[in-house]
Amino acid sequence: MPCINPEGKPTETGKKVLQALRDNGLCSAEKVAETTGVALFRVRSGLRDMIEAELVEMVADKYDITEKGIKLIE
Amino acid sequence: MEEYQTKPISLPRLGEKAPDFDAITTHGKLKLDDFKGSWLILFSHPADFTPVCTTEFIAFAEIFPDLQKRGVELLGLSVDSLSSHIAWARNVEEKTGVKIPFPIIADLSKEVSLAYGMVHPGQSKTETVRCVFIIDDKQIIRTILYYPLSTGRNMQEILRIVDALQTTDANGVATPANWKPGDKVIVPAPNTQEGAEERVKQPGYECVDWYLCKKAL
Repeated sequence: MPCINPEGKPTETGKKVLQALRDNGLCSAEKVAETTGVALFRVRSGLRDMIEAELVEMVADKYDITEKGIKLIE
Repeated sequence: MEEYQTKPISLPRLGEKAPDFDAITTHGKLKLDDFKGSWLILFSHPADFTPVCTTEFIAFAEIFPDLQKRGVELLGLSVDSLSSHIAWARNVEEKTGVKIPFPIIADLSKEVSLAYGMVHPGQSKTETVRCVFIIDDKQIIRTILYYPLSTGRNMQEILRIVDALQTTDANGVATPANWKPGDKVIVPAPNTQEGAEERVKQPGYECVDWYLCKKAL
């Protein structure tokens, strides 16, 4: 997974995405890609994985970090 | 000749929506939809740790920044395993200093290869041939190239095709043989007699005749 390693922890790319969501609040995948400099396709794929891992949640068509996600980057 | 094909295979065609996929890659699980809004070059190679493919991967890595400037992502594919792809990419970097910056699909099940018509049994029943699919930002197939196992691809031609397609889209023109950026482009031929008469008098156009006129962009 590009954003989560097999131990369920965020990778460096994963941390960048989570930090962007923590710092900017509700964001589109495009906004996360622009903020982090990570390619949009990797952001979309990573967000999908992080939703599955409950680190990110979808609100309407945007993304937000969860409490579990915040704890992992603190 | 050996008979190996029992039923016709449907191949993707130009102008059609690219077949969806959900694939395991060296950059995680990727779907075609993840690339929406970007152009994508999906290309296959026969096998990891083989000489021609290694030269091609280095060459694709070298044009990667040029593709990025044009809003194009790269995605490789072969029927090798994920571990093999990772080991090969690491080996290429260790031996040549070239980092492979794009994801590679590990298509062990051949699901993606078959959907894109990348296995040509006359060349190899088990490996993918050297295919290039240029897919636009709306996920329409714009160009398909097939190269045999023995012939490495020409990266400058791939860049040239991307430039030609993007120029065509932006300006409603066509590009002549051997066109390269900066050259004159072909304006669409008129479809009425009046249009043909006006065309040859059009200032700024370089016309051989009414149906073949070029202009600078």
